[in-house]
Amino acid sequence: MMKKQKNDRFASFLDWLENGGNALDEEMQDALREEEPEAPGKQKREKKKKSSDKTADIAKKPRKAYADSWWYRLLAFAVAAALIWLLMEAVDRMPRFGAADTLMDSELTEFYVEHTKEETGAMNIVTGIILNYRGFDTLGETHVLFIAVCTVLLMLSIYGEQDEKKRLAQGALERYFEPHHDVILQSAARLLTPLILIFGLYIIANGHLSPGGGFSGGAVLGAGLILYQNAFEYRKIEKFFTYKTFKWVSVCSLLFYSLAKGYHFFTGANHLDSHISIGTPGNILSGGLLLPLNFVVGCVVACTMYALFTMFRKGEF
Amino acid sequence: MLGRVFTHLDGLTAVALFGIGFALLLLDKNLMKKIIGFSMMDSGIYLFLASYGYIEGRLAPIYAEGISDPAAYVNPLPAGLVLTGIVVGVSVTAVMLGLTVRLYERYHSLDIDEIAEKIRREGK
Amino acid sequence: MMTMVWWQNLPLFMIVGALVCAAVCSVLKAKAARAVMAALSFLECCGMGVLLYFTLTKNESFVFAMGEIGAPFGNELRVGAAEALVGLLFAVIMFLSLLGGWKQFSLDIAPNRATLYGSVFCLLTAAMCAMTFTNDLFTAYVFIEISTIAACALILSRNWGRTMFAATRYMIMNLLGSGLFLLGLSMLYCLTGHLLFPQLGAGVKELLAANRYPMPLYLSFLLMTLGVAIKSALYPFHTWLPSAYSTSTATSSAILSSVVSKMYIFLLVKIFFRAAGTDVFARRIEDVLFLYAMVGVIAGSVYAIVQRRMMRMIAYSSVAQIGYIFLGIALGTEAGFAAALFHILAHSAAKSMLFLAGNKLRSAADGQDTFPALRGTAKKEPLAALAFLVGALSLVGVPVLGGFASKVFLAKAAVELGGWRMVVVLADLLVSTALNVGYLLRCALTLYRPAEDTEARPAPKTRDAAFAFAMIVLILMNLGLGVFGAPVLDWIQRGIAMFV
Repeated sequence: MMKKQKNDRFASFLDWLENGGNALDEEMQDALREEEPEAPGKQKREKKKKSSDKTADIAKKPRKAYADSWWYRLLAFAVAAALIWLLMEAVDRMPRFGAADTLMDSELTEFYVEHTKEETGAMNIVTGIILNYRGFDTLGETHVLFIAVCTVLLMLSIYGEQDEKKRLAQGALERYFEPHHDVILQSAARLLTPLILIFGLYIIANGHLSPGGGFSGGAVLGAGLILYQNAFEYRKIEKFFTYKTFKWVSVCSLLFYSLAKGYHFFTGANHLDSHISIGTPGNILSGGLLLPLNFVVGCVVACTMYALFTMFRKGEF
Repeated sequence: MLGRVFTHLDGLTAVALFGIGFALLLLDKNLMKKIIGFSMMDSGIYLFLASYGYIEGRLAPIYAEGISDPAAYVNPLPAGLVLTGIVVGVSVTAVMLGLTVRLYERYHSLDIDEIAEKIRREGK
Repeated sequence: MMTMVWWQNLPLFMIVGALVCAAVCSVLKAKAARAVMAALSFLECCGMGVLLYFTLTKNESFVFAMGEIGAPFGNELRVGAAEALVGLLFAVIMFLSLLGGWKQFSLDIAPNRATLYGSVFCLLTAAMCAMTFTNDLFTAYVFIEISTIAACALILSRNWGRTMFAATRYMIMNLLGSGLFLLGLSMLYCLTGHLLFPQLGAGVKELLAANRYPMPLYLSFLLMTLGVAIKSALYPFHTWLPSAYSTSTATSSAILSSVVSKMYIFLLVKIFFRAAGTDVFARRIEDVLFLYAMVGVIAGSVYAIVQRRMMRMIAYSSVAQIGYIFLGIALGTEAGFAAALFHILAHSAAKSMLFLAGNKLRSAADGQDTFPALRGTAKKEPLAALAFLVGALSLVGVPVLGGFASKVFLAKAAVELGGWRMVVVLADLLVSTALNVGYLLRCALTLYRPAEDTEARPAPKTRDAAFAFAMIVLILMNLGLGVFGAPVLDWIQRGIAMFV
């Protein structure tokens, strides 16, 4: 019974897509013409009849596709070869792979290895560097993720009235084809998702002690969410993760990150006491700001990954 | 030069990847291939940085018990730089993919010349 | 090390404040987001002004360590008069561009997107501050990427197919540029082992003195220069520019043309001055730049002349003007750098005004920007037309305006240098001024000619106080740069002296 109903719905939906979709296309193009001021209709209305005819002629004649011609391919190959040759010549004159006596391996390595443990409380020196010594880079880096999400949202949500219908139709199509009773996939996902999420949290929490940290752990968390969303219906994940969740979690994380880092920079540059103890290096609860920072970075990365995936899949949250 | 290829193998591979990716991004007309080219180009750079950070016979930059000699660890900074680079690369790829999705939806083509042609006709 | 005086903390507050605003903007309502944008950019102007005042009166630059540990282990900011002056210009232009497009903003950008646009704008502000102040090459790379994506989002603010295509081309060219920049940076880091400018400069000097790795060093600087040149649309790499500038909204194109591309050039100046040094070594890279810039000045103008649409013409004229800036840099002398920085100021002031006024005039001509359609628009929008005229005159190089002063400084720098470069620069200046007169004045005069069709369309009088304010301030800026050219140049020279 239910299946039949669904089939009906699907058939009508396909109908609508076939007929309405085409109609929409034309409507959309009309809308496009009206929207863009340099529309052909307007130009013709003016008495520039002659020149507009001319441009129309030019427009009809397809431009020769030089990208398929042999000389373009040859040229492309030559450019690539020349660039690679030039770079190889330079690399050939650079220090040898794995050598110990280069300038790169000098005071900086020494300083980082000697000071990271006492100054930041991190056992993983890389974490100490990216969240403390070069924390400004990482602050920028996290905001690169944020601005990418903003741009993708801006891009994929710039639909007019007409497009909006199409977009929703596509979302509905996605919803229709998503698995409803796929036992193998769903039980595997039910089993795996918690494990993946816990593993992600473990990586984040141990970022200052072992390989890992906010970025890698956040990516694992995001992957877990994506798996869950793929295996179950949207409705299920929408119970706890909607656009609002995404927005508030990432904004709060970013705010905390910016403010904490700002406080750290401020006290550091002014040589004030920051009142943040780094604890005993090696413990989970140590490293001062490292642990909370790893957590917020993890949140931002997980939200970003999930948001990008969702935006690309159905174009909406 | 050929005799020294094997001592610089990683660096040479890295710049070769970079060059191929660069040419793909610049000269290919398919948008997806352009994005692939961008990823290759970035990977080349990460390989380059990571390989120059490596020093033979040293430990990864995580404190091992009882070893506090700076000469026992590799340089940790390139790892941090690569991490930053990867995140930036992911973001930029997402933006490029978003643009590609939109262009494909509107012009039903991934060929950048064809899209240009269609825009030329629809415009002026 | 001494603790910081209160105003020395300003750069940090400006950057972190912008980042916080960006996060806050995305959860606000459209109107509140706009208010946050305006308030932020106004505060940035004030902050830059304070920094400029104090760096000039104390006559020294200062370093702000991001954290307890500064160079060469941690990130650093560094603020001198040149940074503060350029930053002040960028902040003012961003503020005025926002005001100038204030009314159209709500027409072009749907409310649900205005908040995201606000976030992007705030992040661009943060990137602008960070790139202007940073003392670290890798930080510069990270913020280059932020501004690249931000610029892409700004171009995309209109929902046209052409805009999207322009954004795609912009992204492709800019990714090539950032790829080259990152590779050059990595090579340089692998050779010298440092990322901060002072240590980098010392390392390069040391390596060159010992004649170790001269070719990879040269190539790494060349790659970075090429990357920046692509991103700032030096002549043969300008292909992304015209469609990107001419199709986006008024605010976007003004910011893109006068802030985003100029940030990269300022970064290049810093790299040349503080990492490469100004000796024989840098000379070889500057020769390459000189060649491109020389051709670009002429070619940009020629392209501009053949355009039939006003916005594309303005965009192409940017190519020529960026050629001027690179010409100054490629002279390689301090006077040349000063002239280049001054031209950044003059061109930004004039070009943002042209874009804002041009957009207004275009909407007065029913959204058309072909020259016949623009006739008689001066009557409908007298202020916009006046601003356009002033901007055009400034770019042409009429005395009392900014463009004239910068051309004089460039010529002076070339004469000081002498040799064949002097001849080339002077010839370039002459030819391009003639070409500028050709296209800019023709366009400006078109506005004042009576409309072709006698059926006078009743022009809806629009009141736009924000636009009027922005235009008046920009006109005054152009005048000020022309009249007080010498003192401003003196500030720049003092700033450059603080560089080293």
